[in-house]
Amino acid sequence: MKKIGKQTFSIKDNVFIRDTYTIVGKKEGQGPLGNKFHMIVEDDLWGEDSWEKSELKFQQTAVEKLMEVNQLKKNQIDLMISGDLLNQITSSSFAARALQLPYIGVYGACSTMALTMGLGSLLIDGGFAENIICVTSSHFCSAERQYRLPLEMGGQRHMSSQWTVTGSAAVWLSKNGSGPRVKNVTFGKITDLGVKDANNMGAAMAPAAYDTLSQHIKDTGIDYDLIVTGDLGTVGKGIVNKMFKEDNNSIEKKYDDCGTIIFDIEKQDVHSGGSGCGCSATVFGAFLYRKLLDGDIKKLLFTSTGALHSPTATLQGESIPGIAHSVGIEI
Amino acid sequence: MKYDKDSYKQVVDEFTPKNKMLKNCFYAFIFGGAICLLGEIFKNIFISGLGAAEEDAGPMASVALVGLSALLTGLGWYDKLGKFGGAGTVVPITGFANSVVSPALEFKREGYILGTASNIFKLAGPVLVFGYLAAFIAGLLKLITG
Repeated sequence: MKKIGKQTFSIKDNVFIRDTYTIVGKKEGQGPLGNKFHMIVEDDLWGEDSWEKSELKFQQTAVEKLMEVNQLKKNQIDLMISGDLLNQITSSSFAARALQLPYIGVYGACSTMALTMGLGSLLIDGGFAENIICVTSSHFCSAERQYRLPLEMGGQRHMSSQWTVTGSAAVWLSKNGSGPRVKNVTFGKITDLGVKDANNMGAAMAPAAYDTLSQHIKDTGIDYDLIVTGDLGTVGKGIVNKMFKEDNNSIEKKYDDCGTIIFDIEKQDVHSGGSGCGCSATVFGAFLYRKLLDGDIKKLLFTSTGALHSPTATLQGESIPGIAHSVGIEI
Repeated sequence: MKYDKDSYKQVVDEFTPKNKMLKNCFYAFIFGGAICLLGEIFKNIFISGLGAAEEDAGPMASVALVGLSALLTGLGWYDKLGKFGGAGTVVPITGFANSVVSPALEFKREGYILGTASNIFKLAGPVLVFGYLAAFIAGLLKLITG
């Protein structure tokens, strides 16, 4: 049995994170991580005639570039696991249509990056695959139109609202090689404390983040150098810190959130911070992964957080279910 | 989980930033007032410049404001005004025009019939439905009371 504690899968074999490739939009490129991304696309549409097509181009190009840089051939890739925010996860399946790789599409809202990496690691550890590419994307414009209002509609955003990251990251997991290794994976439970405000996703997701993080730490007993959540923003980050403090187990000094890392909260007018599948994905691919490679940190707990929000369910009076998945990485 | 829905609500309230009500009201007053002032200027121009009758100049000013708002929406400027103006840019007739033009533009990619035409009243629909309902009730009352 490779399961430890209540909820964590322990990876016994080697699952290396061999490389990443990140592509972001203009606003993300102007943020604090601007010089760390592999590619910055200035035009929202990237030469396509719709935002949806642009988003799938982000995802497709991220995978193609990752393969190109590492001289990977299609027949070496056993599986591509991907997901995004759009209905029927179209960016993922349409990118997979072009890439012609064996494909599993998953939906975990903004928790997708850790979800795909967790699933990929289990498959490699189980001996079913040698090389897997995990990829996610989100696009501010396609997400706004599906979940909120038309872009040209003039109005004010709530102070607790977040800014969907335009970007995609592809991560190459392999049985062979060297570098940072996935050691433990915890898939979270849906946690819902009744938040119904679609403008306050950080608050909706924070209990799920706390639940998965504390369970992972309890199950593994590992003292991580850095704990990072996906896109809780300033609101959710504050709540998670408070919850751990109440347990007399403050993580404040080694805890951060990708939504607050990717943008300059004050200068870039993003209110509570960044969000979207692309948020934790691009911050991991461009920044956290490199911190591991450079030896700045040795043990990283990467936890993507998702608000499994549906505009239809919200209108019907439902609250927003939150989810978080943790991937423990060590070098 | 150590919190229940009620106790968590208090935590959420503690961490959720409040909207800047006073500042928003001030900007709404300035922007909304400026749009009304522009309407008055249009009206005066139509009367003194074009020789329109007073009762015609009002509707003409409304049409001009709607046209201007549609143009600014198309150029991608109205949403930027709306960010500062808030209710001041939503409530006047220009806001209504913006709420019709913005979905029309957005859904153009799905085609003119099933995209634009089907979705053009997505935001303005409730205003139209309740506007007609209010007009109907007012008409009914007038009929009854003579």
